[in-house]
Amino acid sequence: MTREQLRLIVNEALGDVAPEATPDTVSDDNDLREAFDIDSIGFLEFVTTLHERLGVDIPEIDYPLLRTRATLLDYLTRHVV
Amino acid sequence: MPSLGADMEAGTLVEWLKHPGDVLKSGDIIGVVETQKGAIEVEVFTSGILQRFLVEPGTTVPVGAALAEIDGVGETPVAAPSPEPAAIIRPGQRPLPAIARPPSSIAVASPAARKLAADRSFDLTTIRGSGPDGAVLFTDVEAALKQSPTAKPSAKPASGIDPQAMRAAIGAAMSRAKREIPHYYLAHSVEIGTAQAWLTRTNAGRPPAQRLLLAALFIKALALALRKLPEFNGFYRAAGFEASARIHIGSAIALRGGGLVAPAIHDTDALALDDVMARLRDLVSRVRTGRFRSSELSDPTITLTSLGDRGVDMVVPVIYPPQVTVVGLGTPRLRPWIVGDQVVVRSVIDISMAGDHRVSDGHRGSLLLSTWAELIQKPESL
Repeated sequence: MTREQLRLIVNEALGDVAPEATPDTVSDDNDLREAFDIDSIGFLEFVTTLHERLGVDIPEIDYPLLRTRATLLDYLTRHVV
Repeated sequence: MPSLGADMEAGTLVEWLKHPGDVLKSGDIIGVVETQKGAIEVEVFTSGILQRFLVEPGTTVPVGAALAEIDGVGETPVAAPSPEPAAIIRPGQRPLPAIARPPSSIAVASPAARKLAADRSFDLTTIRGSGPDGAVLFTDVEAALKQSPTAKPSAKPASGIDPQAMRAAIGAAMSRAKREIPHYYLAHSVEIGTAQAWLTRTNAGRPPAQRLLLAALFIKALALALRKLPEFNGFYRAAGFEASARIHIGSAIALRGGGLVAPAIHDTDALALDDVMARLRDLVSRVRTGRFRSSELSDPTITLTSLGDRGVDMVVPVIYPPQVTVVGLGTPRLRPWIVGDQVVVRSVIDISMAGDHRVSDGHRGSLLLSTWAELIQKPESL
């Protein structure tokens, strides 16, 4: 899966937890949870959605690697087969 | 028409989800009503066969009005009764006719004014009337409509929640709380490293859909603490305090567009931790789509408000009447902590509460918070 395809899926998953947000207007280097005002339960929903759509487990210990969209896409690129 | 809050006077039937002749069992969702809190699913509290509807979609009826007739338990017209939770302990008291409702600032209006407002989709709560106690009269609505001839239903988001109406409802409930309830406040700092470590271990082997959050532990610990201190769980009504035998913790959930709701997790104390978590996730996802069930909004016996992990240190909460206690949780942080004679770094959370002095005092309130603090040190027993 290309980085652009992953980006579409990530934006869709963000839209699920932050329906009013416009993911394209947020820079890839911003803190995702700050930029989209996502609380811990929203973040868990987000991770659950990525797990369901991409099959990546994303253990809690890896959460710090998901801080921005750029680092998240790096992470997914490494883990999605 | 169920009462979904102390300040609700009426609701509008949006749609029926069942048909005459359908066999209903207690808990089935029979229809949807529109209220200040958005679209609410109405459950039936009886089993039987749906005979006929007494109210057509689009009709606004007062709280307590029968919506439909269900056969099976006599001929009583039944539709979501006022929220009198099933098991209320009323030592030496006669049953109350209904919730005592003080004058509300929400849309006190003449029938003619209400009709005009409904016809023109005008929000009565946006003006102050010239009638007794500020009641809105027909002429007030006329004048207001003239001023803004384009008055339309406020643009509602997809969730079905009208932010203006919700703000008014919150304002009315909190004004009543501040006016009537002699609040006292307590706070306690609690070390939660053990709970966090237990959670990390538990979640390590679980896929995201099965993971727990600290919030679930906090809610369950409160439910167990309330078992020991029943005077914090229940309702204060005209005849005084009624402890509730069941523990329905309402979790305050912020809406993304502003406002909040606190739907209940029923019988929280009897649920396994995983079930508390599943119920919490379900509530949060339904808050996002604006769909609640009537009983969830009408019968929390206490409210827990949590600032989450990106908030500030402490909340000084306000009681939601007719409840008598609200518990608040701040954002957990690493702080200096004394262990023996050493200063160490620990993860600490501030738990706070407001209690109702008509029912309890600070000594018992302290016990509630310290009991919670003890329970949260043994996450494996929650």
